Amino acid sequence: MKHPTEEQFVLYYYGEGAEIEEHVAQCEACRAQYQALQRVLNSVDSFPVPERAPDYESRVWAALQKHDKRMEKRSRWLTWGWRPMFAAAAMAMLVLGAFFAGLGWHKSAPVQMADNGVRERVLLVAVGDHLERSQMVLVELANAGAPAAGKLDISYEQETAEDLLESNRLYRQTAARNGDVATAGLLDDLERVLLEIAHSPAEVSARQLEELRRQIEDRGILFKVRVFGSRAEQSSGNTNSL
Amino acid sequence: MEDSDSVAVARVKAGDGDAYRALVDRHSRSVFRLAYRMTGNEQDAEDVVQETFLRAYKQLHRYEARASFGTWLYRIASNYSLDLVRSRKRHPQTALEESAAPGEEAGNAIHGIASDTPGPDRLLFGDEVQRTVAATLGRLSQQERTAFVLRHFEGQSIEEIGSSLGLSGNATKHSIFRAVQKLRRALEPLVT
Repeated sequence: MKHPTEEQFVLYYYGEGAEIEEHVAQCEACRAQYQALQRVLNSVDSFPVPERAPDYESRVWAALQKHDKRMEKRSRWLTWGWRPMFAAAAMAMLVLGAFFAGLGWHKSAPVQMADNGVRERVLLVAVGDHLERSQMVLVELANAGAPAAGKLDISYEQETAEDLLESNRLYRQTAARNGDVATAGLLDDLERVLLEIAHSPAEVSARQLEELRRQIEDRGILFKVRVFGSRAEQSSGNTNSL
Repeated sequence: MEDSDSVAVARVKAGDGDAYRALVDRHSRSVFRLAYRMTGNEQDAEDVVQETFLRAYKQLHRYEARASFGTWLYRIASNYSLDLVRSRKRHPQTALEESAAPGEEAGNAIHGIASDTPGPDRLLFGDEVQRTVAATLGRLSQQERTAFVLRHFEGQSIEEIGSSLGLSGNATKHSIFRAVQKLRRALEPLVT
């Protein structure tokens, strides 16, 4: 047998690479290499976690109960209160878009190029938050266990998708107007998936859930959202340094 | 433990809200440990504990006893920790303002573990290996750190981690390998 790779040693450490066991036992060099890895990974266990007070569980429970009393108010706010805020945020984006577009109209070419960069970064950061919320809905559905019998209640995701659609449309239009083809394309794909979710029944069968998952997977939407998230993070860093 | 969790879950589903306390009692410390390892920040870890139990309560009707309650709960906790770390990265200014205690240097509050300057918590580590482990974990990418913490400390399978992170099995393995390589580079001179 060839000497195991570093990756095989790691898998073996975590109990997943039994095929190299015999080789490690017989080959002195590999045994030494594996023992070095063992020492490193064992030392990671020394990473300390701050101790909690002896009555920690009671404190968590008390805080949860306190929170629970505010839940009714909170849930009303969550389902209705933030809709105008989303619309306002999206409107602000449109105004910003128009503002930046206006600036660009009157400026000379080099300044206009700089404006384009700023405009794109502002849009990226704003859309990043919107995508994060959308991603949570998609991940919930992608990871939901199929209902063993009967149906799965997706009313929360459905409601959220419906609300996200409103802001999604506005962000997409702003991106298209600013000539940001990639963002507009991503938001267009996302809109189709959000529409599917919003138009699904509040309770879905295993087959309907599978269909929704297929829509999410076929469009590769989660991957695209994550890639966009990395761009938004980088851009956020650039914007902060402006 | 799993049996008694199932009993408590069944009671909560049947309308006995107080039965949820048994689940909080059994799992809050381990959720805190997971959250702290993932976020590297004590206050964030506390937020994760609260939010995890609230989300779990709200979504309990979805929990089907195929996986253990603990596994399901830790998945909620790790997903929320990940969201929190992402949002902290995206809004560094806000996070600094929120996290810095009076008189505390803001940079330490947000970078915590990754910072080169020891904060009060880190001074308690007292040991070079512990400091190096903490600093290296703090320098890993979010994906590497999450995948590594879930594999090393939580013992989750590659498949479970991939499912939480939305990654393929290979991508999950590579995240773990990269994390191990970085830890190895930093720790080998100290431990060998």
